[in-house]
Amino acid sequence: MCGIFSVIDRNMTRMDGSSIKAALSSMDERGSGEGAGYVAYGIYPDFPDCYALHIFFDNIVDHKSKVDELLSKWGVIIHQEEIPTYEQPSLKRQHIPWRYFFKPYKDLMVGSLTPEEDIIIKTVMDINSGIDGALVFSSGKNMGVFKAAGWPEDVANFYRIEDYRGYIWLAHNRYPTNTPGWWGGAHPFNLLNWSVVHNGEITSYGTNRQYVESNGYKCTMHTDTEVVAYLFDYLGRRHKLTEELIVKALAPPFWDEIDSMPLSKSELNRAIRLIYGPALMNGPFGIVVAQSDGIVGFTDRIKLRPLVVGDDGTKLYISSEEAAIRRVDPNIGEIYMPKAGEPVIGRVVK
Amino acid sequence: MSLGSVPLRYKVDIDREQCMRCMRCVDNCSYGAFRNEEGKLIVNSRKCTACHRCISMCPRDAISLKDRPVDYRAHPLWTSEAREDIINQSRTGKIVLAGMGNAKDFPSIFDRLVLDACQVTNPSIDPLREPMELKTHIGKKPSRLEFEETVDGDIKVLNEIAPNLELQTPIMIGHMSYGAISLNAQRSIAQAVAKVGTFMGTGEGGLHESIYPYQDNTIVQVASGRFGVDINYLERGAAIEIKIGQGAKPGIGGHLPGEKVCSDISCTRMIPYGSDAISPAPHHDIYSIEDLAQLVRGLKEATEWKKPVFVKVAAVHNVAAIAAGIARSKADAVVIDGFRGGTGAAPKVFRDNVGIPIEAAIASVDKKLNEQGIRNEISIIASGGIRNSADIAKSIALGADAVYIGTAALIAMGCRVCGNCYRGLCPWGIATQREDLVDRLDIDSGAQQVANLINAWTYELSELMGAAGINSIESLRGNRERLRAYMLDEGMLNVLQVKPVGA
Repeated sequence: MCGIFSVIDRNMTRMDGSSIKAALSSMDERGSGEGAGYVAYGIYPDFPDCYALHIFFDNIVDHKSKVDELLSKWGVIIHQEEIPTYEQPSLKRQHIPWRYFFKPYKDLMVGSLTPEEDIIIKTVMDINSGIDGALVFSSGKNMGVFKAAGWPEDVANFYRIEDYRGYIWLAHNRYPTNTPGWWGGAHPFNLLNWSVVHNGEITSYGTNRQYVESNGYKCTMHTDTEVVAYLFDYLGRRHKLTEELIVKALAPPFWDEIDSMPLSKSELNRAIRLIYGPALMNGPFGIVVAQSDGIVGFTDRIKLRPLVVGDDGTKLYISSEEAAIRRVDPNIGEIYMPKAGEPVIGRVVK
Repeated sequence: MSLGSVPLRYKVDIDREQCMRCMRCVDNCSYGAFRNEEGKLIVNSRKCTACHRCISMCPRDAISLKDRPVDYRAHPLWTSEAREDIINQSRTGKIVLAGMGNAKDFPSIFDRLVLDACQVTNPSIDPLREPMELKTHIGKKPSRLEFEETVDGDIKVLNEIAPNLELQTPIMIGHMSYGAISLNAQRSIAQAVAKVGTFMGTGEGGLHESIYPYQDNTIVQVASGRFGVDINYLERGAAIEIKIGQGAKPGIGGHLPGEKVCSDISCTRMIPYGSDAISPAPHHDIYSIEDLAQLVRGLKEATEWKKPVFVKVAAVHNVAAIAAGIARSKADAVVIDGFRGGTGAAPKVFRDNVGIPIEAAIASVDKKLNEQGIRNEISIIASGGIRNSADIAKSIALGADAVYIGTAALIAMGCRVCGNCYRGLCPWGIATQREDLVDRLDIDSGAQQVANLINAWTYELSELMGAAGINSIESLRGNRERLRAYMLDEGMLNVLQVKPVGA
């Protein structure tokens, strides 16, 4: 089942995490207390140019030195510390969450137009597939994921997310079937500045996975959601598709609809379906993806999962349930349900 | 005569109480297994090929047929087939010819694969109520798109996308030439593919005028004999296929005996009347991958880059690397023909022993192209032993874009897989040029039956996809997650990249 909640303040006014916790907790019905998580953008203004790597260590003794060594090879660690956490009676601590503020050496990655990002991707993939006992779960700039196995409110209290202030928040309440209780399996999933919360199951996973893996990504999280982050990174950053076009690739119109569009539109949609066919996602899903400058929410092509949008002009909310939006803003003016496959986009005003 | 005769292959029995001596069996058997001697029906079982023509035409169900009525001394190694081939070859000193696909008892990989269905965590989709998309595009695709915003805010694609074939269903009919099969058979197939919105191959037999009305649904073939190839032929086809090899007989060419080359065939193939049509083993202008790339470009130039060009190879050990080489040329699709692929005539030793199964070939080609990051740039068409819609779903999940069927389409027109195509006496009017036999195949009903088969399989495919929670064929392609292997060994699992059942 799972519940998702997200909000963006278009003016980039930062909100603390308390209302997000309240909103997500109002959908406890949709979870099972085995996974919840939050991501916020704009939380590390002191290190705006560093990649904030959030890592779960099984313990500090065995595994951390390998990560330190790898990072020191590819760049400079500007600062590192344990992520502050606060014991909760009903949340069993399984890992030590740690954060590095990291600057890669650009000139080490040859043959790339985006060397910094490619070093980060390589480092994340290398740690996650090569270093046991260490898992990078957040790797963007001036943003961070906080997640664990537990109820939304316990996870929020564990990290004290009210201490973080962000202009974009995504939150997720998990009903796991695949990897219950595994902290890495909780959402949001993140790569670079892309974060994803997802409700559903991707039946095209095998095809999507092959596509991203054949383009240099490694799926290491044992769950279908991570491919969404990689697809957004691949199509958005490497192929320069806008969010609207990415959603057209991931949840395209049906051929009948394409055939009845005006010529220029039908050519565009046809080209996207042909060239990005392996990125098409099937199965039920409601997804919200965030980047530093906005969020986009969309569902599968026949809307087998709910998605509700609230908009007060400044703040845009995308949620599984209206109740969660009203929890934050009881008097929200505009509430609507987007059509299947139709992207809902909120961008910061620059 | 010291060898004597071998035992009967088939024994035909007549239920004399049922038989009303209508003699339809006599008229129908082109192999001469029956004769009418002054009102008495005489059977010569030695001539029977088990084509079932008599059985299907008998109004009283009075005919029965038994396979191998005479036992040899049982021996697991020296099977009756092994012994008979030796007797035959010691008599003739020749290569043994055989028809249809590999007849050895290799286990089928398709039959060791099972498909997935949704339960609870994701809903299955009902194709009667929800859209289900099987539309398939075969052809070259750029690896990425470039866009430009126009002045009025529209987004325009800058890439020029090579023409793709648009199939309403991922089922096409493979190349069977006029010559190998009759004109009526080819016309039935042509009508059928036009009706359902898919394509057929012409084979290396040229394009007969009566197929011209369906030319937009045909793929013309350029094989090593170059029979029937001229600019008119190339321009009429919707696509062009270069045939390098064939699953039933990888590594060798083809041979249409002169007695089959009637005036019509001689015109269509552009060869002298009554002369043997011999397609050499290699193309004598293709001795390397770069030669192939050159021919691909040559054909594209000749047709002004308007036609997709496919390259067909037999599934052999190195097929993945070969396909990767083809993908680097301007070719639009690679056709892989597995070792069960049918044929009119092949040396039995090739048919039964050379090449690899299509399932493994698709998976390894798909894997190799993925590893090289070029999978979506070229289409994969799989053929060779596809018997039903489940085989198609499995082929696509292993990585194919579409399939070619051959034998199945012939069965839809009457063929009973007797495997005597090379004798030219097909009593169903399919693999023969004898006019009285060809006339037995009614074009309209043949077309209807072939169309029915494709439609039926298309329905089944949509049901299978819906059950797996997939509403677009792209999401099944290469989707090994929707497959599991039942009792396949680990080596094979690695080749197929499929997990075992329960995993």
